[in-house]
Amino acid sequence: MVSLENTLEELTRTNKRAEKVRRYIVVEGLYQNSGQVAPLNEIVRLKEKYRFRVVLDESHTFGVLGSSGRGLTEYYGVPVEKIDIITAAMGNALATDGGFCTGSVRVVDHQRLSSAGYVFSASLPPYLATAAISAVDYLEENPSVLATLRNNIALLRIGLSDVAELEVSSSPLSPIVFLNLKKSKGSQEEDLQLYDKIVSRAFHEDSVFMVTSRRTALDKCRLPLGIRLFVSAGHSETDILKACDSLKRVAALELA
Amino acid sequence: MVRLPYLTALTTLFSYGLLFAFGQVRDFIRYILDLRKSKNLQCLVQGYAPICLGLEDFYTRRLYLRIQDCFNRPIASAPDSWIDVVERYSKDHNKTLHRTSKTSKCLNLGSYNYLGFAAADEFCTPRVIESLKEYSPSTCSARVDGGTTKLHAELEELVAQFVRKPAAIVFGMGYATNSAIIPSLIGKGGLIVSDSLNHNSIVNGSRGSGATVQVFQHNSAAHLEEVLREQIAEGQPRTHRPWKKIIVIVEGIYSMEGELCKLPDIIDVCKKYKAYTYLDEAHSIGAIGRSGRGVCELLGVDTADVDIMMGTFTKSFGSCGGYIAASKEIIQHLKNTCPAHFYATSMSPPSVQQVISAIKVVIGEDGSDRGARKLAQIRENSNFFRFELHRMGFEVLGDDDSPVMPIMLYNPAKIPAFSRECLRHNLAVVTVAFPATPLLLARARICLSASHTREDMIRALDVLSTVGDLVGIKYFPIEPQ
Repeated sequence: MVSLENTLEELTRTNKRAEKVRRYIVVEGLYQNSGQVAPLNEIVRLKEKYRFRVVLDESHTFGVLGSSGRGLTEYYGVPVEKIDIITAAMGNALATDGGFCTGSVRVVDHQRLSSAGYVFSASLPPYLATAAISAVDYLEENPSVLATLRNNIALLRIGLSDVAELEVSSSPLSPIVFLNLKKSKGSQEEDLQLYDKIVSRAFHEDSVFMVTSRRTALDKCRLPLGIRLFVSAGHSETDILKACDSLKRVAALELA
Repeated sequence: MVRLPYLTALTTLFSYGLLFAFGQVRDFIRYILDLRKSKNLQCLVQGYAPICLGLEDFYTRRLYLRIQDCFNRPIASAPDSWIDVVERYSKDHNKTLHRTSKTSKCLNLGSYNYLGFAAADEFCTPRVIESLKEYSPSTCSARVDGGTTKLHAELEELVAQFVRKPAAIVFGMGYATNSAIIPSLIGKGGLIVSDSLNHNSIVNGSRGSGATVQVFQHNSAAHLEEVLREQIAEGQPRTHRPWKKIIVIVEGIYSMEGELCKLPDIIDVCKKYKAYTYLDEAHSIGAIGRSGRGVCELLGVDTADVDIMMGTFTKSFGSCGGYIAASKEIIQHLKNTCPAHFYATSMSPPSVQQVISAIKVVIGEDGSDRGARKLAQIRENSNFFRFELHRMGFEVLGDDDSPVMPIMLYNPAKIPAFSRECLRHNLAVVTVAFPATPLLLARARICLSASHTREDMIRALDVLSTVGDLVGIKYFPIEPQ
């Protein structure tokens, strides 16, 4: 947040034209590559001070955070009108394909004619829209599924807290649990090979399916690679405990 | 080439000028009223730059909103040859539209349903429902994580075999296929030469890749040669080093013109100057060619000469998503570098099954000849319809065999007149204006389907003739001999 404040200060102080230019801060609610949660109250405070608009991508927080699953704004108690544009992918909590974008009437109507991905692309297949509607209805009627998810995350984090040489580096709220080596083995390629070995042993011997982080050649992301586990409200306690035991066993064997 | 009569050009410009003047007057009155009001109002959004400045959304506010009821019409059934259109009403002169619960059954000339797979099909639909029960609507995962099912692998092989290329890769969204693949194929230091009427997804992808983009005149192999010669001689901007890579991007059928690409000439030019070719067959795959294999088959071009072939499943196969077919090395490279493969949710399994079943019907693997009959039907329908429209005096664009037929309207006032009159006669058409087409060349785009029967087409022609006389778009009447 210090870096954000400095950047905003620098941009608005030297630029007299800054008043007339449309400016946006673009953040993700839960970062897919690191599992960290954005501090929304800080961002809103900065946005109001420097007069920027906020674009928030809630792909991994929609249906996960907040007492009724409405996302990051509910979790932090920030009135949703303060966020100008909220976008989300429906492939995560809602288990369909596609995405949506919400905002004020003016912003959304403007996009119906000017957004390239909306105007020049074919629309969503109707059965996916129906699936999304049913998912949202289910979430409204059964908010207890959020509590189940939170318990599962907590249980997994406790179970993984004593794995040999690996530590959990994502936020306690995040359903994407990242495991990284406490000390790197030298280079990124060696780390990645080690993670691959752990993941494939757990898969072949204990039937536990996890994935490692991937980067493409075009990526400019400098976050460390790790093993990713995705927690679901559909997992039972025995499933979570089995995953923890398997990881402990395989990590001890590989990293000994 | 589009013929634009002199008088029509003048009247169209006059129409736009009048609309512009009216819009400015209304804007001015709004400005005066706002000045008076803002003295009493406490502005909540003080200090924030406005979302749209000045004239940026002038077109939306003053022109588009007047005829808003002709666009974005909600439908209430599958987009088969007959479609249910939801009726809407407005209480404030089209600023907001409200849906009613009534629908009217209209003849559908606006959907890309070239082979008739949009409605329930006896081979495809039971298999799709089964895969929905087995795999659920989404894989909830990127392709590299847990999103590759048996169906995805089968589809990639089937697409490669259908298009006659060694390998293929599929994506969940057709637009994203172009805009995410082009940056993976070429970067800074490369040159992209693209047709002037290429689709927005290609333009977006080219811009996002960082390569230099040059445009050549639509379908002109001579101008392409000129551009290539000049660019190869000059080299990269400022350093004048040779280009790392040159890719020429063309489309199979251009959706706003209905024209086929002059592929043999363009391929000759590319081979002569050692440039790669990228063919976007969004509208032509499955719809043209003797066995539905697209523009290469129709024009007799060997698929080994086209380096990368792209297509979508939305038009002829009744599904969603896109594919790229190329050599094994290119596909392997894409699987290791394309962000859409790594981070985007993979294609929905029932959609994958729909494409697999549709391709099997087209090539005849379902055990019947429905595929061949559909292909013959769409060709016959397109040629019959185009000939009749031409005979009635409309200005129709497009080549023979192409199922896309734009009818020129030119004048902005004729767009809502044509659209609303057709809807009154229960004919659903799609009208296109600026900015999707040049300012003076507004048109109504007709898309035929293999499921249209002869009676449907004769009925459509009657309605179009009546409406055409009423609206005055029969610009080139054929003189009786």
